[in-house]
Amino acid sequence: MELLLALLTGFLYATAVYMMLRRSIVKLVIGLSLLAHASNLLILTASRPVRAEPPIIPAGAAELVQPFSDPVPQALILTAIVISFGVQAFALVLIRQSSSVVGTDDLDQMGGRDA
Amino acid sequence: MTWIRWGGAMPELGHFALYLPILVPLGTAVAAAFLGRLPRTRRAISIAGSALLLVCGLWLVVQVRQEGVIASNTGSWAAPFGIVLVADLLSALLVVVAGGIGLAVTTFAVVGIDALRERGGFHSLVHILLMGVCGAFLTGDLFNLYVWFEVMLVSSFILMSLGGTRRQMSASIHYVTLNLLASALFLAGTGILYGMVGSLNMADVSLRMRELDGTPYPYILLAFFLVSFGIKAAAFPLFFWLPASYHTPPVAITTLFSALLTKVGVYAIIRVTTLVFAAQADTVRPILLAVAGLTMVTGVLGAIAQGEMRRLLAFHIVSQIGYLLMGAGLGSPLALAATVFFFVHVIAAKSALFMVTGIVQSLRRTSELADLGGLARSSPLLAGMFLVPALSLAGLPPLSGFWAKFAMVKAGLDAGSFPVVIAALAVSLLTLYSMTKIWTEAFWKPAPGGPVQDVLGKPRAALVVPAIALGAVAVLMGVAAEPFFALSLRAAEQLLDPAGYVSVVLGP
Repeated sequence: MELLLALLTGFLYATAVYMMLRRSIVKLVIGLSLLAHASNLLILTASRPVRAEPPIIPAGAAELVQPFSDPVPQALILTAIVISFGVQAFALVLIRQSSSVVGTDDLDQMGGRDA
Repeated sequence: MTWIRWGGAMPELGHFALYLPILVPLGTAVAAAFLGRLPRTRRAISIAGSALLLVCGLWLVVQVRQEGVIASNTGSWAAPFGIVLVADLLSALLVVVAGGIGLAVTTFAVVGIDALRERGGFHSLVHILLMGVCGAFLTGDLFNLYVWFEVMLVSSFILMSLGGTRRQMSASIHYVTLNLLASALFLAGTGILYGMVGSLNMADVSLRMRELDGTPYPYILLAFFLVSFGIKAAAFPLFFWLPASYHTPPVAITTLFSALLTKVGVYAIIRVTTLVFAAQADTVRPILLAVAGLTMVTGVLGAIAQGEMRRLLAFHIVSQIGYLLMGAGLGSPLALAATVFFFVHVIAAKSALFMVTGIVQSLRRTSELADLGGLARSSPLLAGMFLVPALSLAGLPPLSGFWAKFAMVKAGLDAGSFPVVIAALAVSLLTLYSMTKIWTEAFWKPAPGGPVQDVLGKPRAALVVPAIALGAVAVLMGVAAEPFFALSLRAAEQLLDPAGYVSVVLGP
């Protein structure tokens, strides 16, 4: 499963970078959100996920024994999802505003660089 | 090992100083958003909140000076499981600086920010940004650092695009993209680090890194962090977003950004190289030094080519980041002390210069050097207000920049790093050259359209006072450098004693 997750993470990063390199700002925002997904999946993959092993100390035992599913990466991902959700909402408003002010979706035509 | 346990006891009263720099801006932001119906009350709340933050920062410095590094477990969850807030002298001093800049900027904004942006939540956003900055300085947890970075970034995104002019739109898109990319790298690095060592507490991670000694993994992780913080700090070759965006929002906002945002990136670089990856630091220091030299040189060369005051100063931000990185790259006690001193110096001097630019703009409705002139004759006070921080930035005695650069160059010579020392000295000269350029163009040459009347009278007092105050800091740190430098040296000692930091956070 880890191999599958790793490949999927790589695929998401590749797509994100591809989308970000396009000249359209809509695609740029899609790229940014894919980048966030890729990072989240990376956190999950890097923490050696295991299936069906909840981190609950069994009755009578003093502490957890390996393997167990670590809740911390999931908490991190949850936080990161919420943050990226907020940032993407902002990015959508920004591109909406910029397309109404500038009247184009193309970064090159926005007078980019050092305008 | 149990996974969850209670720390139990209530935090000591003195440790409350660790929470205030986060709680005060949060409270001020909420109060400014909901209590301030009139612009006047909103401004008063905002200024009072920044002043309170400054006081809290000073209290924190007093605490840290007395007790050394202090740490507190939030929610009484014992370290390394909960999130710890930690203050050493560097963090505490930077909190003071954040409070001071907050106070200066919110005062400047009374006149410097238009009613539209004020209604758009300018004051609340400034305080959310200050909260993020202070949180980043005080946290002892890597993921929490990420969260504070995001708090800071989201409010800076909105401040950057607030008002929504055409120029701002394109700049905001660059700014948002590059910063989100940096955050994604930081997040990925943090995730991989947790997967490898199973901890996020910086002190704990620095201990557990020893298990990875002799493997290439720490260097890979460090690369993630350095690249991401390098983007945020605007280090060579990752700085292009800064000159492309910093000149578009109003000067009050640019001042705030230039003073704090990039500096948080440098702070994070210092923290990871002196604490988390202290064992790997010696290997990466030459790279940091090379980056520092190139950052200085490209920044100042970019500045020389500019013909507009704000763009020119934006390139100087990059150039000065190079000096801060030079201290981190040298890593000796003297170099780190110079960096701490330089932090305070450059933030004060650069903010004063940006504010003077704002005043020039409010007087003449332009900041293009070609269209300016005669300011020295029409308002000598403003000329003085420009000259002091400008000479300080260039490093002329007896101003603050001289001591900062003197110590930095001395540290470089002691370490035998001659190329970067030569770069630092040459860049000082070029800084002086570009400051002279502003001086001759804007202040000295006759105004292009004949003599102009400029009045720095009462309506602009809110612009003038903070700029003078920041200029005075540059003078004060120059003529009374000794106590400031002693404090910086103590901060450097703490930075170079990661074991002391770890024992405070995790217990002996």
